[in-house]
Amino acid sequence: MMSEGSSFMKGMVLGGLFCLVVSLIGSYTLGIQSNMELHLHHHLKAPSKEELQQLSEAQKLELSQRVRVYCVIMVQPKILQYWVAAKDTWSKHCDTAVFYTSESAKVLEAVNLEESDEWVRLRKALSHAHENSGELQWFLVVRPTTFAIVENLKYLVVDKDPSQPFYIGHALKSGELEYVEYQSGIVLSREALRRLVEVFKDEDRCPEQGRSLWKLSEEKQLAVCLKYTGVYAENGEDSQGKGLFNSKTVSTLISDSMTRNLPDVVEGCCSDMAITFSGMTPNQMHVMMYGVYRLRPFGHTFHDSLIFLPPEGSDND
Amino acid sequence: MKPISSRFAFYLGFLLGTSTLYIFLRQTWFERGFSRRPNSPGSVAGLKARLDAEGNTWKTDAHIQLHHHNHVTGQDSRVADELYEKVRVLCWVMTGPKNLQSKARHVKATWTRHCNVALFMSSVDDPDFPTVGLGTKEGRDQLYWKTIRAFQYALEHHGDEADWFLKADDDTFVVLENLRWVLANHTAEEPVYFGKRFKPYVRQGYMSGGAGYVLSKEALRRFVEAFRTQACTHTSPVEDLALGQCMEKIGVKPGDSRDTLARETFHPFGPEQHLTREFPKSFWYWNYCHYPIVQGPQCCSDLAISFHYVSPDVMYLLEYYTYHLRAYGYKHRYQPLPPRALSGPGKTDASQEKMPDTGRTEEKQEAAAAAAAGVKKPARSGNVVLQEKQQ
Repeated sequence: MMSEGSSFMKGMVLGGLFCLVVSLIGSYTLGIQSNMELHLHHHLKAPSKEELQQLSEAQKLELSQRVRVYCVIMVQPKILQYWVAAKDTWSKHCDTAVFYTSESAKVLEAVNLEESDEWVRLRKALSHAHENSGELQWFLVVRPTTFAIVENLKYLVVDKDPSQPFYIGHALKSGELEYVEYQSGIVLSREALRRLVEVFKDEDRCPEQGRSLWKLSEEKQLAVCLKYTGVYAENGEDSQGKGLFNSKTVSTLISDSMTRNLPDVVEGCCSDMAITFSGMTPNQMHVMMYGVYRLRPFGHTFHDSLIFLPPEGSDND
Repeated sequence: MKPISSRFAFYLGFLLGTSTLYIFLRQTWFERGFSRRPNSPGSVAGLKARLDAEGNTWKTDAHIQLHHHNHVTGQDSRVADELYEKVRVLCWVMTGPKNLQSKARHVKATWTRHCNVALFMSSVDDPDFPTVGLGTKEGRDQLYWKTIRAFQYALEHHGDEADWFLKADDDTFVVLENLRWVLANHTAEEPVYFGKRFKPYVRQGYMSGGAGYVLSKEALRRFVEAFRTQACTHTSPVEDLALGQCMEKIGVKPGDSRDTLARETFHPFGPEQHLTREFPKSFWYWNYCHYPIVQGPQCCSDLAISFHYVSPDVMYLLEYYTYHLRAYGYKHRYQPLPPRALSGPGKTDASQEKMPDTGRTEEKQEAAAAAAAGVKKPARSGNVVLQEKQQ
């Protein structure tokens, strides 16, 4: 009996050690960069008030004009109402907003990628964006039900150099792979996009069809390709550490906060400078448009360091 | 026997050890999200350590329920603070014992914090919430009784603490700062009341109960006095209509609460209804509104005062939209000038008045003329700022 028991124990210990050793070796071979460098890329925050206030008025104005965003908005004809909603609402605040569709439809004004595979569609859209973006240096890639507050994105990246590679959003980790969640929006600097488009040509490292037994999601494939070019995912957050990119609707997040029974539901929910919410219905987008760009309490002034004017020909903002 | 079972035990142990540790590692090591990690020392952009000035002013203390404090962070609230002092509003919320946990509690956690005085009116006293017991029963037929008693209570116990007296339901969301903006162009001595104006049944119209309405102190005095002298009596349980009838009798005028672009501020439905839904042509609402109904984005002023049929989650959503979520650096289209009552820059002179009830065409024509002249019109408050989008 005793020997069985001790054998069992020995077995357990050895089993555990075995597992540990195997995973350590596994992580060693998968990981390309050292941990040190990874830590530097984890959290990306907006500049602080103090930093921006040091700029002169002329500099602030120049910065406001210099940071410009090209919005890549993926749509599909079968959910036409989201194209309509995005066109009518938040996308008016992009410097350039281009819709990319899987197939053409008469009413849908979009670049027809003629592609049903999500990953290939994403590749094509990004390549197109790279070629057609002119001087714009920041790229926001979103799915149809996402609402983005472009001004807050501009604020986040205003002090980041777009000739450096940036890959920002809600960053997640799967095994050793760090990737940005597609649903909450992906932000790429010009340099990151340039490198990406380059590596698209590499069929070994960044194939159109996945090589592995199971198919990796597009967001992970994107991360893998970017990783080969030395670009790593970073989590966009505000000065409190709250995430700015949300894959859920604002109502869902509020409900979640309510069920957690916090003393301040709103503070426990979401950042004041949130950039994206996703899963929004068209009506919710219209309400958010009003809530973000119009509804406010009289008598509070923000001395922001950047200035963004309302777009022309619009009345719901 | 012994060696075999021993080996067996070993293998079993090995298997168990491997799987246990694998599961353990998976939980703690492999799958991880990034949010809320501690700050990494150096960032790519080389930003210096930040003073978290915003973080300090952010703290809202939900326990100090009736205490006024900043809900909007990182900004200059001088104008709002001045209005808070000069235009004192007592809010009383119509509720009942059954609604305290399901509704009133969320009202208390959100907008009533911005009132100078906030009271919760119920049929019974509840010292814990706290609610004021009006000595009535509960039910729709009691609404006017509760209203009469609530206003009497407010005048008697808090008459000196406020200039204006707001009634709201426990499913109404109110933005007090915007209410003060409208009220600041009037005085508490005027016999006037404001709200969402309906036209039927009462010659001068009456204010929707659900959208909330607010009485000047003079209006309140007359109302309470009228019940003392029986000039007004409990005529019907339909609280808003009956009150409107009494107001007409006692010479209290219905004010125009619309903003300077003639957009409504008090809303009898929720934001989604007003902004996105088309009311069917047969809907009673079309025959009730005193001012022309606008559907779509122009239904509602940027400086909206109230919404109704607001469930608790929408209460917090509206709080988030009003006081928290914003577009950084965005220069709003609608730039309202401060009301006359305020000191400091931007004070308008006495000749400027809030836009009369002439509809929006006049305003639009003026704006167009100004655009042609390429000049901003400073004389009219609230004109749309002509924007030159910088290229």
